[in-house]
Amino acid sequence: MDAPPVSAPAGSPLAAAGLVVARDLKLAFRKRGQWIQPLIFFAIVTALFPLGISPEPSKLRAIAPGAVWIGALLSSLLALEFLFRDDAHDGTLEQYALSGQSLTWLLLAKTATHWLLTGLPLAVMAPLAALSLGAPIGSVPGIVTAVVIGSVALSLIGSIAAALTLGVRRSGALLPLLTLPLSVPVLIFGARATELAIGAESYSAPLYLLGAFAVLGVTLAPLASAVAVRISLE
Amino acid sequence: MSDRSLQAQNLHLWRGDRHVLRDLSFGVEAGECLLVSGPNGTGKTSLLRTLSGLMYLEGGQVVWAGKPIRDDLHTYHGELAYIGHEPPLKLDLTATENLRYWIGVRRRLSSRDIQGALDRVGATRWSDRPVRTLSAGQKRRVALAGLILMAAPLWLLDEPTTNLDTQGQQLVSALIADHLSGGGVAVAAIHHDLGIAAPGIRRLELAGE
Repeated sequence: MDAPPVSAPAGSPLAAAGLVVARDLKLAFRKRGQWIQPLIFFAIVTALFPLGISPEPSKLRAIAPGAVWIGALLSSLLALEFLFRDDAHDGTLEQYALSGQSLTWLLLAKTATHWLLTGLPLAVMAPLAALSLGAPIGSVPGIVTAVVIGSVALSLIGSIAAALTLGVRRSGALLPLLTLPLSVPVLIFGARATELAIGAESYSAPLYLLGAFAVLGVTLAPLASAVAVRISLE
Repeated sequence: MSDRSLQAQNLHLWRGDRHVLRDLSFGVEAGECLLVSGPNGTGKTSLLRTLSGLMYLEGGQVVWAGKPIRDDLHTYHGELAYIGHEPPLKLDLTATENLRYWIGVRRRLSSRDIQGALDRVGATRWSDRPVRTLSAGQKRRVALAGLILMAAPLWLLDEPTTNLDTQGQQLVSALIADHLSGGGVAVAAIHHDLGIAAPGIRRLELAGE
């Protein structure tokens, strides 16, 4: 069989991103255990609040927004640990950096897939957790919207820290520490939006702020992550 | 073809406080392969990573086809095939799938292209098993199939014969010889000599401190 000719057609960025997404989805399907863990963690955290604070319905309802968002933030931090880890270990990230494609674009595709598998399920589980803590059924659309936007922001913000901690041995709590400054506002606005939704009031103000963080994340995070990845490859 | 020339000009590289590359200069033209040898830790891998643009120099520059690589790193990478120590393979994917996702990001590939490359490296029989089940030598062969598929004019190879049996080592030599006769350029870090039957083999010995 002949080798392909040397001047070979380059892959289009869209096709490249599609392959990044397809590979990560296929791998996630074959290693399902890893991806379930953050969601189980979320369920455990939110289940602990009534046990640790009080089973009284009025108190539960008051802490529901905070409990749901603390659970979502912690779950997101857990999931971010393996956003780039495997690819960094086996040389896949290195090949992405050498592929001739924009590393920023490829990392955005990777983070988007990661969100699909870790953030989007949170948007399904969060309203269930809120309902179990006494939130009214009418608050569900607001909670889902807030968690969708907030989890996008958390994934992107967290991807920067995930990239920065590559190659750091025993990074431990470094990733959460680096993420916290920017993810705490997401927690605050997300909890506020949820609180307003539960109280059947307008929650658009904190939602817009969440959206601002998400947009900031989409535009800046992949760039910062790409720089951090290149530094780790040095 | 005539613009295929890799020039290293006065390279200075520090790793921590070790002066790994000291004022290193060389040129490799189309049809030539530079075999870099030297004891462990003398900077063979660092040299390859510097030539690929992954590592940043403290002094000097790398020039490909007459242009410094830092001027347009993306284009340079499109013409570069870098294979490091470990084949970049996902254990839970098959060899075929790995190649499709790894090389497909760089170039449009058809299934026929992938199958052809796997046949060339003798991987046909086990190309649809998860890479987890393959031996180190088989994984190395899959990486060589990736090298073929990248169809790049410049090859940077870090110890390409690692884990390969005699047949495998002959495969590597044959691939490099074919590459050179097609006007390609190669730089390979080696532990022992590759018996490449081709003109244009040059050698560089890196000495330690």
